[in-house]
Amino acid sequence: MIQVKDLHKSFGETEVLKGLTTEIKEKEVVCVIGPSGSGKSTFLRCLNMLEEITDGHVVIDGNDLTDPATDINKVRSEVGMVFQHFNLFPHLTVLENIILAPLKVKKVTKAEAEETALPLLDKVGLKDKAHVYPNSLSGGQKQRVAIARALAMNPKVMLFDEPTSALDPELVGDVLAVMKDLAEEGMTMVVVTHEMGFAKEVGDRVFFIDEGVFMEEGPPSQLFDNPQNPRTQSFLSKVL
Amino acid sequence: MYVFTTNHYIEILPNLWSGFLFTLLITITGVAIGFVLGAIFGLMRLSKIKIVYGIATIYVELVRGTPLLVQIFFIYFGLSDFMNINLDKLTASIIAIAANAGAYIAEIVRGAVQSVDKGQTEAGRSLGLSSRQTMLYIIWPQALRRMIPPLGNQFIISLKDTSLFSAIAVTDLMYEGRQYASSTFADFESYIMVAIFYLVITIPSMLILRQYERRFERE
Ligand SMILES: Nc1ncnc2c1ncn2[C@@H]1O[C@H](COP(=O)(O)OP(=O)(O)O)[C@@H](O)[C@H]1O
Ligand SMILES: [Mg+2]
Repeated sequence: MIQVKDLHKSFGETEVLKGLTTEIKEKEVVCVIGPSGSGKSTFLRCLNMLEEITDGHVVIDGNDLTDPATDINKVRSEVGMVFQHFNLFPHLTVLENIILAPLKVKKVTKAEAEETALPLLDKVGLKDKAHVYPNSLSGGQKQRVAIARALAMNPKVMLFDEPTSALDPELVGDVLAVMKDLAEEGMTMVVVTHEMGFAKEVGDRVFFIDEGVFMEEGPPSQLFDNPQNPRTQSFLSKVL
Repeated sequence: MYVFTTNHYIEILPNLWSGFLFTLLITITGVAIGFVLGAIFGLMRLSKIKIVYGIATIYVELVRGTPLLVQIFFIYFGLSDFMNINLDKLTASIIAIAANAGAYIAEIVRGAVQSVDKGQTEAGRSLGLSSRQTMLYIIWPQALRRMIPPLGNQFIISLKDTSLFSAIAVTDLMYEGRQYASSTFADFESYIMVAIFYLVITIPSMLILRQYERRFERE
């Protein structure tokens, strides 16, 4: 589903990603962990070209993002992204947030878009919030709307960038529960997270990234309980 | 010695009323066209294409760097001479206000668009919206709300600026006041009444703007 080949990313002189290579299969849930500033977000943002790729290749479902002939908007419409700070559209109601992209990108009718949107809202537990504006919602509710908004495009892959880091602790659970359901339904997911419990329980594979390099990867049981790399060991000893 | 009578305050009213309508016509039409110009040039100022950015920057800086009186003389006398057309005073005034307000509004538009969080663009693009669609449906509506107070402010400034056009004998509020004053020597009464007519628009406008800003801050 996703192939990453020798991915490099620099901001000016500083190289942030130093040659990442991996493959993510359909229905796989990959969790990315690592210290702050290690390049987790940058890696994720390269997967839908929110960052320009300096060198190397990212191939999503057969589309090479670095190929100028690739329709980047088309690829993005099939790759959902959930941000740390939700990034809901404050001038639109919850329902309008969700149907905007289906209306404008997929060009479905309003009735069709709402037919998709309402069950999604129900799924994230916010059916009664369809007609309110985002600023009346709690952080956890906002993030669940953001997930529903991404799902409304019926994506093949979902990217999550620390989706619970900006939430009050008591609101984290609801968001993680939605993500877990999604994983169980077979969604391909790449999740940058500090929730080690989630990574252990839901992740099929965990990447540990440090200084722009994949230091170690493996199934959660192996990476958490028996890390090989001293960097991984030291990081885990701090966060667990 | 000054003798107070109410006569002039009343007699001047019909003249000022017609001037007032002229002033409003110039301001409203001019600022409306200025908004279109400002939106276009403001977005051009945000362009990554150097030539597009350059053209908009030259326009904005030329207008902001020269006095309005020079601009109106240039348009009314200079441009009509150069292009050999006969611009009437009203058209010249509207063009001058539009071009002048347009440059200031371009900066308002640019600032408002830039003030929208980058995450909004990223969310839009990540959903597959094109950059044009993202601007149209996500950034612009949010920017527009932030533009309203400075646009209102620009409207008030432009309204007052039109008084300069009495220099080319546009029959606006200021001109009518001057005419009345010079024919009756009632300068004191005339200019008080002229000032009141301007205030009738500016004070309520300022109050409405402050109200809007307060509501906006609460959100
Ligand atoms: N737009 C940018 N311009 C310059 N440097 C950036 C930019 N975005 C990220 N960086 C730098 O890249 C490094 C990795 O950032 P990021 O991927 O956000 O880390 P993480 O998500 O792991 O905390 C950091 O040192 C950060 O300062
Ligand atoms: Mg990050």
